[in-house]
Amino acid sequence: MIYDWLHNITGSAIAAAIIQSLLPLFIFILPFALFAVLLERKVSGHMQDRLGPMRVGYHGILQTIADIIKLIQKEDIVAAENDRRFFDLSPILVFAGSYAAFAAIPFSGAFIGSNIDLGIVYIVAVTGLVVAGILMGGWASNNKYSLLGAMRAAAQIISYEIPTLLIVVTVIMITGTMNLFTISEWQTQYFWNWLILGGPVFGTAKILLIPLMVISFLIIFLSTLAEVNRTPFDIPEAESELVSGYHTEYSGMKFAMFFLAEYANMFAVSAIVATLFFGGFQSPIGYLGNVFGVKWLIPIEQFFWFTAKGLFFVFVQMWLRWTLPRFRVDQLMAFCWKYLIPFAFVILILVGLITVLL
Amino acid sequence: MKTSEEIFNILKEKFGEAIGELVSDKPAESVIVVSPMEIDKICLFLRDEKDLEFNSLMNLSGVDDANGEKVKDENGNEILKGGTLSVYYHLESISLKHKVTLKVSTDRENPEVASVEEIWRTADWHEREAFDMYGIKFLNHHNLIRILMPYDWEAGYPLRKDYQNPEFYKGMKVPY
Amino acid sequence: MALKTEEMVLNMGPQHPSTHGVLRLELVLDGELIENVIPHIGYLHRCFEKHCEAMTYPQVIPYTDRMDYLASMYNEFGYVVAMERLMNIEVPERVQYIRVIMGEFQRIASHLVALGTYGADIGAFTPFLFCFRDREKILNLFEITCGARLLYNYMWIGGVSHDLHADFIRLANEFIKEFRPNLKELNDLLTFNQIFIDRTANVGILPAETAINYGITGPNLRASGVKWDLRRDDPYSIYDKFDFEIPIGKGEKGTTGDCWDRYYMRVREMEESLKIIEQALDQIPEGDVSSAIPKRVKPPVGQIYARVENPRGELGYFIISDGSLNPYRIKVRAPSFVNLEVLGELCKGHLVADVVAILGSIDIVLGEIDR
Repeated sequence: MIYDWLHNITGSAIAAAIIQSLLPLFIFILPFALFAVLLERKVSGHMQDRLGPMRVGYHGILQTIADIIKLIQKEDIVAAENDRRFFDLSPILVFAGSYAAFAAIPFSGAFIGSNIDLGIVYIVAVTGLVVAGILMGGWASNNKYSLLGAMRAAAQIISYEIPTLLIVVTVIMITGTMNLFTISEWQTQYFWNWLILGGPVFGTAKILLIPLMVISFLIIFLSTLAEVNRTPFDIPEAESELVSGYHTEYSGMKFAMFFLAEYANMFAVSAIVATLFFGGFQSPIGYLGNVFGVKWLIPIEQFFWFTAKGLFFVFVQMWLRWTLPRFRVDQLMAFCWKYLIPFAFVILILVGLITVLL
Repeated sequence: MKTSEEIFNILKEKFGEAIGELVSDKPAESVIVVSPMEIDKICLFLRDEKDLEFNSLMNLSGVDDANGEKVKDENGNEILKGGTLSVYYHLESISLKHKVTLKVSTDRENPEVASVEEIWRTADWHEREAFDMYGIKFLNHHNLIRILMPYDWEAGYPLRKDYQNPEFYKGMKVPY
Repeated sequence: MALKTEEMVLNMGPQHPSTHGVLRLELVLDGELIENVIPHIGYLHRCFEKHCEAMTYPQVIPYTDRMDYLASMYNEFGYVVAMERLMNIEVPERVQYIRVIMGEFQRIASHLVALGTYGADIGAFTPFLFCFRDREKILNLFEITCGARLLYNYMWIGGVSHDLHADFIRLANEFIKEFRPNLKELNDLLTFNQIFIDRTANVGILPAETAINYGITGPNLRASGVKWDLRRDDPYSIYDKFDFEIPIGKGEKGTTGDCWDRYYMRVREMEESLKIIEQALDQIPEGDVSSAIPKRVKPPVGQIYARVENPRGELGYFIISDGSLNPYRIKVRAPSFVNLEVLGELCKGHLVADVVAILGSIDIVLGEIDR
């Protein structure tokens, strides 16, 4: 584990912990956000029969860096009627919420921020901070559009946490652990051991679980999509109705914080989906490191597979965003309460029966 | 399908005095001149009568006839005194496919016309526009306020022929 | 419900991404439910009618372009039809064909903007760019014809300013060939998307009676099930020579006259426009395009109300001539101006998100409303 290694060289547990906690931010979230913003623009561009950014660097690869420089230079506008304290606190809270989630995500066999046993429950809980931040921002902006957006966001995120949690509980019943690292390890290498294909234990249960797990995956993917406010569930920031929802009043780096949080969140939920159903950092086809007997290659390969799976789901999110229109607020709620939650309950009961009886 | 003459005769029979003349020497369009205070009753009749059925008001436009005498006001600007303002109503029946044009003329100093807003809802904004541009007051209109010009425009009615641009509007220079 | 919340007044616009210009809507809300919508217009008022009184008759044409800037060709079309009736000018056959071709291309271009922005209003951004891609090709056709892409000053009283480019017919046919599959793609992507249908069907229902009473015209009226198209019912130019259908709303996905019907009406009208263009390109005769243009435009004393079927509805010009070189009075009956009136009626009881859907489905252009 990287923590032990860091502990060895620094000789201090606190220094090791700090370095370890900053690692995901600097080696992962920031580069990922840079890359994801560009990817989003390129993906949307090519889907829409155009090229996307082309001017800054080769095929526009430096575009996001230019954007960041622009955002840093921008004036931080605070209107007179804003509630200054909460207005400033909100982006920090939102970012903290999504950043904290990365602590329990196992990036590879050798690196997990904090290998806590409550892993998945911790993530669901800590992302709740985002709701508080959004509500705070919407209210402190003193803008009706922001307020409407924040209200919608709070209602939506809280509602969609229910199906997410139900599916998480289903998964916990099968794996018997809440530790994401253990869940990843449990779905050992090779794709037929993934939970979406019933997990590594062969038998009748595996066959019965496959259809249930596919539906579970769809439910959790949709509800996490709603939790990160992506199309078709982007009504909190519905551009054509609410200008841009809860972050209408924000400018400069505060806006960039929201933006960064959004992209960090996109990856976080993709990573959770990948970890629960698609083997986490496990390779689908075995490791080169095992073939050649090079042990240190394995964690790097795992990191690669984990990122690849995460990015694939991020890509699917973008794909949906540039294809689908947006739900209306009542339809969104109806979709959650009338379809996702009942289905999730049925699956919970069925999986419970399967795990108990077989 | 009825011609303007037939409609004129029907109206003349029904309303008598309120119906003026049928002006048809002008090219392309003949106009029935009616009384401004009776226009709402006439229009209601035109809409509801079985074989007329004018269910659509295509257009309603104010016109400044500019037939008063020209006088100079204290600033030396030429303004019009007396004469009339007119309102044209272009009616059409979508079911029977015939059209008719009505015209009312009203006194320039105190222009008042009965509103047809209750008969065709579309007249609402048209009448507000005529009020905005000519200052024609439509009696019984539920919300006769300016529509295109600012709500607090005090310099008069822009489409009148003797309209003068004000120098300033709320401290902002107008002609620039 | 026992719980009654306080009313909130939300100002939508004049700077708002989906009011399609500088329209201000005063929304009276109960939570997110609409209790009343009060449109405030006039932010783009440029005194078109006052301007005209100081211009000669041909000088008015460039101003008409600037009213409905998405359908400039058709605004000119309406004006020249009115002037030619007033002056009793016989227009050469070739000019009539050119005008119909341009008018129908303009209708397609205008509907493409309407559909694309409607998709964007509902939250689907990709159809917007697909529509603009196709509109771009139409603008290219206009550009080779008259040199301008948006404000053409192409149709003149008695003729058109330039004859068709030598390549025009070939390019126009190529466009039609490319455009049909693109239209199908648009349908697959947006029109029959279940989310889109959920958002638009049964929203903002406009019954035929109300529509007529409010003076609604064009695709909005036809979507309510009234078969009324001036190209057929009050023919001008040479529209009586072509074979095309007038689609009407049938409420396939919801109720007749809902937002989806109004949207789909435009898709089907584009197909009909393509048919008209194909026939016109086939039949267009040779001839001179400027022979009937009068040297001096001085109509007789009189008045005329002439109207054409603009992409948005009935575009009427009421022109009074006092026999001089300048018009005495020009009043424009702008279809968007009249169509917008019904918004308050349609929005009552819907959600904030529906206001955007309804406003988009009415398809207004503020340049024309404020004139």
